Amino acid sequence: MKFVLKALGNGTARAGVLHLDSVAAAIDTPSLLLSTRKGLPLFTSPDLLSSFPSPDSRLLHVSPLHFLEGLSIKTISKIGGLHQLVGLHDCGFAAFPRDSIQCLPEATATNKTGASFETPCGRLLIKPAEYMEMISSMKPELWATLADEVPAWVSDKRNKTSVDRTIKWLDECIALSPVSGAIVGGSSLEERRRCAQEVATRNVSGYWIGGFGLAESMDERPALLNAVTEALPEEKPRLICGLGLPEEILQGVAAGVDLFESTYIYHLTLEGFALTFPLDGTQINALNLAPNVAGTDPRKINLRATAFRKDATPIVEGCSCYTCQNHTRAYINHLLNVHEMLAQILLEIHNTHHFLGFFGLIREAIKAGRFEEFRKDFVRSRYDHLVEDSSEPVLLAR
Amino acid sequence: MALRFEVLGRFNRARAAQLTLPHFECQTPLFMPVGTQGTIKGLTTNQLEDIGCQIILGNTYHLALRPTSELIDELGGLHKFMNWPRALLTDSGGFQMVSLLHLADITEKGVTFQSPVDGKPMLLTPEESIQIQNRIGADIIMALDDVVKTTITGPRIEEAMYRTLRWIDRCIAAHKRPHDQNLFGIVQGGLDPVLRDICVRGLVDRNLPGYAIGGLAGGEDKDSFWRVVAQCTAALPEDKPRYVMGVGYPLDIVVCSALGADMYDCVYPTRTARFGTALVPEGVLKLKHNAMAKDTRPIDPTCACMVCKNYTRAYIHSLVTKDAMGSQLLSYHNLYYMMQLSRNLHSSIVEGKFPEFVCNFLQKMFPKGDVPEWVCNAMEVAEIDISSCCAPFRKD
Repeated sequence: MKFVLKALGNGTARAGVLHLDSVAAAIDTPSLLLSTRKGLPLFTSPDLLSSFPSPDSRLLHVSPLHFLEGLSIKTISKIGGLHQLVGLHDCGFAAFPRDSIQCLPEATATNKTGASFETPCGRLLIKPAEYMEMISSMKPELWATLADEVPAWVSDKRNKTSVDRTIKWLDECIALSPVSGAIVGGSSLEERRRCAQEVATRNVSGYWIGGFGLAESMDERPALLNAVTEALPEEKPRLICGLGLPEEILQGVAAGVDLFESTYIYHLTLEGFALTFPLDGTQINALNLAPNVAGTDPRKINLRATAFRKDATPIVEGCSCYTCQNHTRAYINHLLNVHEMLAQILLEIHNTHHFLGFFGLIREAIKAGRFEEFRKDFVRSRYDHLVEDSSEPVLLAR
Repeated sequence: MALRFEVLGRFNRARAAQLTLPHFECQTPLFMPVGTQGTIKGLTTNQLEDIGCQIILGNTYHLALRPTSELIDELGGLHKFMNWPRALLTDSGGFQMVSLLHLADITEKGVTFQSPVDGKPMLLTPEESIQIQNRIGADIIMALDDVVKTTITGPRIEEAMYRTLRWIDRCIAAHKRPHDQNLFGIVQGGLDPVLRDICVRGLVDRNLPGYAIGGLAGGEDKDSFWRVVAQCTAALPEDKPRYVMGVGYPLDIVVCSALGADMYDCVYPTRTARFGTALVPEGVLKLKHNAMAKDTRPIDPTCACMVCKNYTRAYIHSLVTKDAMGSQLLSYHNLYYMMQLSRNLHSSIVEGKFPEFVCNFLQKMFPKGDVPEWVCNAMEVAEIDISSCCAPFRKD
């Protein structure tokens, strides 16, 4: 695994290149890790994975906890590890237990012997030695050490313990390289800084930033992120999970994070949404956003709406994803209406394609030195369709 | 008539043919997956093409409810709506109505039922069924028949058979697109050979593009099942396709093909996949079993599909019934298996190796030679010698 910085944006946003042995081409960062269940996307079958833009779609997040539901460590080893197991030889896997959907850290049950998670198999306590065995059998390209992630509301004492424990577990796990050292610290600037500084002294190949997306507010997050990244050496990659929405990803990019695991695609897909904001670099403004009901996000459409019953156009005109090349809004509307699995398959494909395009825009903006401008525009576009009508004391939808 | 049916090879009663439909040139015998609501559950149209599907079924009842045949028509027909470039077949809606709606009632007018949407009384007539199917636009459409379960006895069967014949004339009269949609008649008559014979003659008189054998695959014993198929295939015209509706299990398809049938449909391969069962030459493989958790072999080492080439039983075991991907991968394999079976039936007949294929098939499924008696009887009528795969009769 090799990571090279290419460009620094204004502030601390950075563009880099990640080289993994298993992925032929170099992966430009900031980049997205696709979410998986047991190593494969939730709905996009492996033969359709290759239709995504490459190589930016070749990084997958895997949670070792998913396999506890029916595949033993021994069997995974016998089969030869993740690549063999899921039949994907040209992808890179990043393994860490939390998946923000089904495997959630349970801070009240974590203790000095291991980290606790709520999983589909019930509440599980994962000990560092066990965790190491899972990782050894899976052989991912990147993996994070075991962390004690706590939500924002815990006591200072509990938070401090989580940092001590996470560092201790890092030292226990560090033998197996290459490893990404886990950094926690809750919503305390001091603890975040302390943890990052400690981990920075260890011989790790990268950093995994945990504990976000656990009830800290959007407003307090930038300072916490900066407290971490400012203490880390520039040349090693930073991975984060728990930032879902595009605005949150942008916060992470601004703070200097390189790799992101997000549940955004999952939630969009399950709720029938498809992303539609322009990806060709034109400024996102009221003219190119979807017409929509007042107050809702104009950067996406909900295909359950009856407005799409007879819409024979693709989700996004000119989109090169399998869904837009082959199917119409009307068909997807029908599939959603009759509860057919193909709806989720087609939506996941489009949303993944589109969200990867969003990361492409981020990279372009960083390289062109206008990341902060891009970020402001994108965040504002959420509300751009609302027009102030001076004759009415309220904001009206256009 | 909007089809061409050309027999390319035979073995006694079995035939391999080219069936040319408006949207696709098919090879028979063939199996048609069921895409009830305008989709095969969990598979994309390009995967279906990759697997080799030639014809897909759509269910008129479901599509008429949602999104409605008018909408499908407005958007250019079902082919365009679901983006399936190959052939489509729609059923009449009658079967679903009778099997799904417990308050359905059949009269001379048509099938009366309660709308599942608002409870209002509704009537599906032969005319209405054909009009809906005309709007949907499938290559093959089915006549509305009066279908009764084979487990029923008594005068109802005779009534249904004669009504089916009266209704076929109404279907023919209502059919607005005979130049690009083929109306198939359906032979009814329960398990009664006299009634079946009358029905076959009546339908053949109407000179339809193709014929289906209906009213089976509903719980009758296998011995009765094959005899009805044998009788009908013997009496139906040689130069037109024969479709056994609702069949089914690979074994049943092999037997019916030996007896001279060409087309089949069933929800079984995809439905059983969603319950974690894979189709294999030995029969079935239940991926849910705990023993599968350690099995690092592919589902079927002889299968060339993407699933068998890349995944172990252990991995699929971890997915089935828990993750959507499990359904997808298993449905993919099961349909691939059915398409491969279709291809093998066609090519073995064309190449003059049909009996060898049948014996090989039976040997794998019944390695101890315990081929069911009904299969032995059917193969005797089909004049296929399967003695090499049957355990010799013991006198103790």
